[in-house]
Amino acid sequence: MNVQAWTSVLVGLSFTLYIGVAVWSRARSTNEFYVAGTGVSPLANGMATAADWMSAASFLGMAGSISFLGYDGSVYLMGWTGGYVLLALLLAPYLRKFGAYTVPDFVGDRYYSQTARMVAVVCAIFVSFTYVAGQMRGVGIVFGRFLEVPVEIGVFIGMGIVLFYAVLGGMKGITYTQVAQYCVLIFAYLVPAIFLSLLITGNAIPQLGFGGVDQASGTFLLDRLNGLHDELGFAPYTSGAKATIDVFAITAALMVGTAGLPHVMVRFYTVPRVRDARLSVGWALVFIALLYTAAPAVAVFARTNLVNTVSEQPYAAMPEWFSKWEDVGLISFDDKNGDGLVQFVGPDARGATGAPIENELTIDQDIIVLANPEISGLPNWVIGLVAAGGLAAALSTAAGLLLVVSSAVSHDLLKRGFKPDITERGELIAARLSAAGAVVVAGYLGINPPGFVTEVVAFAFGLAAASFFPAIILGIFSKRMNREGAVLGMICGISLTAAYIVYFKFVNPTANSSEHWWFGISPEGIGTVGMLTNFVVALTVSRFTPPPPAEIADLVDMIRVP
Amino acid sequence: MIPDPTADTARARATYWRRNLTYVASLLAVWFVVSYGAGILFVEQLNTIRIPGTGFPLGFWFAQQGSIYVFVVLIFVYVVLMNRLDRKHGLDKDGDR
Repeated sequence: MNVQAWTSVLVGLSFTLYIGVAVWSRARSTNEFYVAGTGVSPLANGMATAADWMSAASFLGMAGSISFLGYDGSVYLMGWTGGYVLLALLLAPYLRKFGAYTVPDFVGDRYYSQTARMVAVVCAIFVSFTYVAGQMRGVGIVFGRFLEVPVEIGVFIGMGIVLFYAVLGGMKGITYTQVAQYCVLIFAYLVPAIFLSLLITGNAIPQLGFGGVDQASGTFLLDRLNGLHDELGFAPYTSGAKATIDVFAITAALMVGTAGLPHVMVRFYTVPRVRDARLSVGWALVFIALLYTAAPAVAVFARTNLVNTVSEQPYAAMPEWFSKWEDVGLISFDDKNGDGLVQFVGPDARGATGAPIENELTIDQDIIVLANPEISGLPNWVIGLVAAGGLAAALSTAAGLLLVVSSAVSHDLLKRGFKPDITERGELIAARLSAAGAVVVAGYLGINPPGFVTEVVAFAFGLAAASFFPAIILGIFSKRMNREGAVLGMICGISLTAAYIVYFKFVNPTANSSEHWWFGISPEGIGTVGMLTNFVVALTVSRFTPPPPAEIADLVDMIRVP
Repeated sequence: MIPDPTADTARARATYWRRNLTYVASLLAVWFVVSYGAGILFVEQLNTIRIPGTGFPLGFWFAQQGSIYVFVVLIFVYVVLMNRLDRKHGLDKDGDR
């Protein structure tokens, strides 16, 4: 069977599985719709959290970025896992004890304020839509490249599937579909990683393999890659090019942002008890770490293979995958010196005479994971499997985000905001309608992606870091924190972060370089400064304004014990 | 004198909370050292050391592998410590579903 046939079969099978699971686990009450009846086991919730969290960016994008960034790619590895330690130690147990349905619920009740609730609702919806647009684009890329259907049709199919199980099943349906999706995506990620590790280093465990010996050259693989980088004028792979303070700030923003993302936090509302919440964060990180420790290995294998396959080879002899990616515009080649060979070189490349060599090949780093099995000549079924895994990652995350949007509308805006007398049945209908509405908006964003999808991801993390994280931490660990402090803290944190990102990404993109940044911190890392601002403003303002009422102190005492 | 039960509960809760904060602070110190310390601030110095028998420079390994393994261990250590503390304070009953 060819790649397209394998892909159709595997994607079809996995979609049938998701629909079957969704029919079996549909929601009958708002409690089941919002938090799966708080009956999810810690292990299942860990798996669901892992699928919820690992998006198209983790599955398709991350290893590619790392293979282009080398050591600097560590910001994603540490940033997107370290946040789980913060979740387990500082957030999840207390949010579970509080026992609400949504994150704005906690903010609104703890700060006895509709303003705080509305600020949180706006942040939750904005962060979720930002994120979901990227997922739908991932769905479109996979369909377009492997099933050769137009991107629009691909997005429509993806929307249909998510619509079906998110609207029918709510959190309960999403949770059990995510468990199935995790199994599909981790299998799809590890199979090619193990194949590659065996081929290149002879070690079946990729996490060890990339520190092992390259069988072709007999030297350590990382040494060989550093050698290739040196020859071709790239910076050494194992040491970075970014400034230390920027690496520090980006890692912190991603960690804190992860812990502050509403679709992740809400997953810990679904387990039965406080101790299950703690345990379930542990399981979540185990399942995430399986992929995240394999990703840097995949990055090294991909980088080595790519350089070996294309560097100084005749353009006319490029393999089939090369021209297919050229067709979708994600690889481009421009024979600047007219020698018919592909020069894939870094900024410091010099020829034998010392004259600079120009780079002729541009590769979109998002395609590395998808192209990797083909570059290494793995069997066709592995390529189909990777496509199915990419779809699982994109759909599971999209569903979790859509649920946040739908519950923010039906629960926070209607039930707790403008229409408190809404019946249980009415609220459930509103939740389903808003889930459907959110899917349609997400689909529109997927078909007509705003040109700045990758840029706005910095927004999602920056805003989560600068808004929710400090407000919730202070709400748990400081009894003195009051409404005024929390609201002003959130507003200052968000405004600063948003202004910085908008300025460098949209208003004045030409100035987006380290000499213009504050303290050398890039827009990706500014969430850290926003978070600190939020903490400082909140703590200062709360000292000069009246303390919270006595029942809030009781509430804080209540959530501090299981 | 009849002991005041609410004062006792309050004192027990304060002890529980202080112990919890001690655990959190110690574990977060380790969290900081392996990621921001070994993986970022001192990565150059550690990269001069190589993990014996492998091609990994130590700092690079912490940044791309080691810190993640330590994060997993930290969460499970916290789970065990807190389950023990809950039992000691009689807070492990299944009454709060």
